[in-house]
Amino acid sequence: MSKNGWPLYEVFIRTKSGLSHRHAGSVHAADDQMALDAARDTYTRRMEGVSLWVVRSDRIVASDPAENSAFFEPAEDKIYRHPTFYEIPDGVENL
Amino acid sequence: MNTTDALLAYVLRLGDTALVTGQRMIERVTGEPELEEELANANFALDYVGQARLFYAYAGELEGEGRGEDDFAYLRDSQAFRNLLIAEQPNGHFGDCIVRQFLFESFYVLQLEALAACGDRRLADIAARGVKEIRYHLRHATQWLVRLGDGTEESHRRVAGSLERYWRYTAEFFDGDDVDDVMRDAFGGPDLASLEPRWRETVAGGLREAMLSVPEDEAAQTGSRRGLHTEHLGYLVAEMQHLHRAHPGARW
Repeated sequence: MSKNGWPLYEVFIRTKSGLSHRHAGSVHAADDQMALDAARDTYTRRMEGVSLWVVRSDRIVASDPAENSAFFEPAEDKIYRHPTFYEIPDGVENL
Repeated sequence: MNTTDALLAYVLRLGDTALVTGQRMIERVTGEPELEEELANANFALDYVGQARLFYAYAGELEGEGRGEDDFAYLRDSQAFRNLLIAEQPNGHFGDCIVRQFLFESFYVLQLEALAACGDRRLADIAARGVKEIRYHLRHATQWLVRLGDGTEESHRRVAGSLERYWRYTAEFFDGDDVDDVMRDAFGGPDLASLEPRWRETVAGGLREAMLSVPEDEAAQTGSRRGLHTEHLGYLVAEMQHLHRAHPGARW
């Protein structure tokens, strides 16, 4: 079977307990178990991880770059969504 | 046979099997069908070479004559090697390698597990470290065995052929001699007679999942414990040792 026939999987690694999984790269594999093994052999050779996730790339729902203006730009001028927008009143110890 | 001599002989057998297996896998470097398999194979090869180094270093200390890893690996003739016959068999196609590793590693995991609990502390530590590596190798080989055996008509036919090809070398896993007896009796090492049914169970399970039949036990080939090898070992050792012998003591 040619590699073109194998689906792409995205690889996520948790580097240590308590941290979240982060995207590390991708592998080609014929099935889920092969993808997990390939991710282990490709991305955790130097003790990079304590947990691995793989997910088929075509199962990821991604935002459309053409819609970036509608998706992300409205957040740009909403400075009141940042905690630093607010002054902490005198006398408040916990907020 | 005294216990130290038996331990030394046993550790050298382990080292030889690990080194020859690693060398066979190294032959495949750059030749794997996929990049991901390429990395897996190279990792596995280096795991075996790493194990061989630990066994040889310990053998050198047991022997006490100043020999080290390189002396055992590069300066002994092939007649002195005591690796299992299955380890020296040529690679063949991808399915051949998978079946060879599946059959051997199903045994090697059991052997290392038993050694990890043996009375020789140093050997037990090496085995405990190694078994983690080999458990993963075996998982990898088993998954591929199932993919190929339960895959297409051609992949099934080809791994069924691989099984016929390598099966005859499995009987000697359990064909123990006085060295194995001393390891069992004096050091609490593997009891081959009790390992065999467990090995058969593991192998039968993997083969069943891969839609393959357990071959008949006929025409078993043994002899590695006495230094009787197949014709393939000499070529492997010659290639492996050539550089070291041409440039003694060469370093990177």
